Amino acid sequence: MIDSPGLFWCLSIVLVGSALAVVLTKNLFHSVLWLALALTGTAGVFLSLHAEFLAAVQLLLYAGGLITIVVFAIVVTERLVGEKLSHTSRHITAGTIVAAAVLAVLVVVIQRAPLALTAVPLEGEATRLIGDAVLTRFALAFELLAMILLTALVGAIYFARPED
Amino acid sequence: MGLSAYLTLSATVFAIGLFGVLTRRNTIGILLGIELMLNAVNINLVSFSHFQGETAGMVFTLFAICITVAEVALGLALVILLFRSRRTVIADHIDMLKG
Repeated sequence: MIDSPGLFWCLSIVLVGSALAVVLTKNLFHSVLWLALALTGTAGVFLSLHAEFLAAVQLLLYAGGLITIVVFAIVVTERLVGEKLSHTSRHITAGTIVAAAVLAVLVVVIQRAPLALTAVPLEGEATRLIGDAVLTRFALAFELLAMILLTALVGAIYFARPED
Repeated sequence: MGLSAYLTLSATVFAIGLFGVLTRRNTIGILLGIELMLNAVNINLVSFSHFQGETAGMVFTLFAICITVAEVALGLALVILLFRSRRTVIADHIDMLKG
């Protein structure tokens, strides 16, 4: 079974562990590699929720595309060898307190809310339903998304243009 | 596993990402923390979608992933621009509005 408790706990451990490594590792490049593992773990969570299409998108766009962009940015702005690459943290106590408080509030709310224990099956295949929804109910949002991507592309090219 | 298990997992990842955003000095490190937080939100959307038999959550996740990628591309372009003009990617050193 793809949604067995054992698989969920394995994915949780991988996800939380790699997320902790992202924010705690001293080396920036290692941080990015841990983020790649965290994003792959999230794709696993999507799979266990029967969202196969989103798992594929997650792997292609995030773990494939985004990690490459971040690595490029690191190569441009830092030296890959030497101590320059290390990135330290500051305000660790305050950060821990704020993050723990947010987590505590969220967990209390989640525990008190009346949440479903069993899934409601989709009427049909998930990928087909997503495609239908994107081109009917969310057609306007889909077009706007295309505009946002175009604007971001043009903006990024404008910012990163060579010096005149 | 019930819905609350997935929500707790995503809340944990969100809090870890928040910790990263608050404590990292490097601008790229802060962006990585934002990535973790957005990822946690996506888990929330997909799990609600799964447990309510509704596709809207999955469509929102698809949109969120696309917008995140655009945002990161733009954010990193800004980081590269800042590095060119100020020779630093440490967020605390970027304290001048006038370039």
